[in-house]
Amino acid sequence: MPRLVSHPDEVKIVTRRFGMGAEKIDRYLELGGYEAAKKCLAQGPDWIINEMKASNLRGRGGAGFPTGLKWSFVPKQNPKPKYVLVNGDESEPGTCKDHLIFLHDPHAVIEGTIIAGLAIGAKMGFIYLRGEYRHLLEIMEMAVADAYAKGFLGKNIFGSETEFQIVTQTGAGAYEVGEESALMESLEGKRGIPRIKPPFPAVVGLYGGPTVINNAETIATVPHVIEMGAAAYSATGSPRNGGTRLFCISGHVARPGVYELPMGYNLKKMIYEVAGGIRGGRTLKAVVPGGSSTPVLLPEEIENLGMDFDQVGKAGSMLGSGGVVVIDDQTCIVEFALRTMSFYQHESCGWCIPCREGTDWLKKSLTRFHAGFGVAKDIDNIQYLAENMMGRTFCPLGDAAAMPTLGFVKKFRKEFEDHLNGKPCPFAKHVELAVI
Amino acid sequence: MSPNEMSPETMTLFSPQLAARFDALVLKYPLKRSALIPMLLYAQDEIGYLSDAVVAEVAERIGITELEVRNVASYYSMLRFKPVGKYNVQVCTNIVCMLRGAYGVFESFQEELGIGHKGVTSDGVFSLEEVECIGACCWAPAIQVNYEFHDELTAGHVPGIVAGYRGRALAEGTPTHA
Repeated sequence: MPRLVSHPDEVKIVTRRFGMGAEKIDRYLELGGYEAAKKCLAQGPDWIINEMKASNLRGRGGAGFPTGLKWSFVPKQNPKPKYVLVNGDESEPGTCKDHLIFLHDPHAVIEGTIIAGLAIGAKMGFIYLRGEYRHLLEIMEMAVADAYAKGFLGKNIFGSETEFQIVTQTGAGAYEVGEESALMESLEGKRGIPRIKPPFPAVVGLYGGPTVINNAETIATVPHVIEMGAAAYSATGSPRNGGTRLFCISGHVARPGVYELPMGYNLKKMIYEVAGGIRGGRTLKAVVPGGSSTPVLLPEEIENLGMDFDQVGKAGSMLGSGGVVVIDDQTCIVEFALRTMSFYQHESCGWCIPCREGTDWLKKSLTRFHAGFGVAKDIDNIQYLAENMMGRTFCPLGDAAAMPTLGFVKKFRKEFEDHLNGKPCPFAKHVELAVI
Repeated sequence: MSPNEMSPETMTLFSPQLAARFDALVLKYPLKRSALIPMLLYAQDEIGYLSDAVVAEVAERIGITELEVRNVASYYSMLRFKPVGKYNVQVCTNIVCMLRGAYGVFESFQEELGIGHKGVTSDGVFSLEEVECIGACCWAPAIQVNYEFHDELTAGHVPGIVAGYRGRALAEGTPTHA
């Protein structure tokens, strides 16, 4: 059972019902549940979208796109059925926040989905969970059944004339399906291969209808935004970055865990105070700030770094999915880069050549390099390959593989050079295993 | 009845409960085909893997060709065309689990079970796999045995985990798809 953690600096908004039995609908109602959905039903779509815009809530999946703006892109006059699609295919290494949301607060996801549906005029929503989360899918299914039994879902939600149905769906193991267009393909019963954009899903999405796709954390946040009011929610965060974020602090820290902290919270403080510092009295070597696809940061780069989309972007990385991976001084960065690339090589769907071939060659180069058979030219070649993947694929997986690699090579070039000329890796002993 | 034999009354490979579930599943979506991936996964959970007969029945139920079913199934890493052990041990070795000692845990499973990556024990009780991130990074290193998570592991936990599942296999009789 995933351990819940707590720290005085946390601002518990999305996590406020965690560990309180809110997966049971009666408990959820006792804790104020479904009031936000009722309010939205009374207020109507324009009010909801304005609230969401004013809240400065930005997509928690990684891109940080403003949620209210995304919802406003759905054309009102389109005669095709509209859909809400909740992305719970959480697969970015370093990220495990949706895991806790589904486990502790499934009704918040349902309520958020209803609100999104009301905002865009959809009658149907899908909640897609990764296949490995079977026990969480069962919790979600139970919650959906309970919401139907109470009349919160169905033909006449909350006794109104409005219809809203929710279907839960399981994936079957594919990182790529976390990309929104591949997610739609998967939900349509196909291989998870990205679609070319435009058209964007807001115009042509699931089954050809306008579709809003939001990360599960974004959706679970929506009822709280309505409940506390957009202004109060926005004020919790930093400029243009409303509210809080579920930061998954993992790796070499003393107290790893999912902590809900205000947007803009200092990264150094997050590691040293919230997560208890580097375990075993070691020192910090590097931090991956937002899941495996975000470029690594050095200790000197996190001194004054506030964790929001804009500040981390300015520091040359990305806030991404909120997965803060902490790396200590006993870690081989070449091995870390290799394991990262093994993952992307395994998960590339093979649709776009720069990604399919690029991840494969990068994995081969890094494997050879780490095993001590690298030559000086390889370092530049790795960089050249990665640079040529950037921006040349349908979906961001190519960039997601290239960006961290470029970061590792640029910031730890010396460590790459230390592996040259057959020198044994000073840290690692599992070279041969790091190849799936 | 072996799961690979069709029951003449129902003309399905699956248990009556699963067959009923599939009948309902295809009606849940605007398009039937959306039921394909969940159907394959649930079928695999019951039968053990996607046998030729499973592929044929799923194709029939969805109304697509067997080739289309195989084409989709081959994309997803959890779907398989070969049997695994009754308890499929999946050790995450992705970056965070690796930082916290996942390869030590993986080696320990290799020693304890006497098999390697993608191996199956001769009695069919266990199989072992090195897998990508399973979404338990803050509780690393973590593994999944079938769908059950075990987290915050060290190599020292491995014999106990193996013994626990071996005991369950003994209590439940011979493995279903050895």
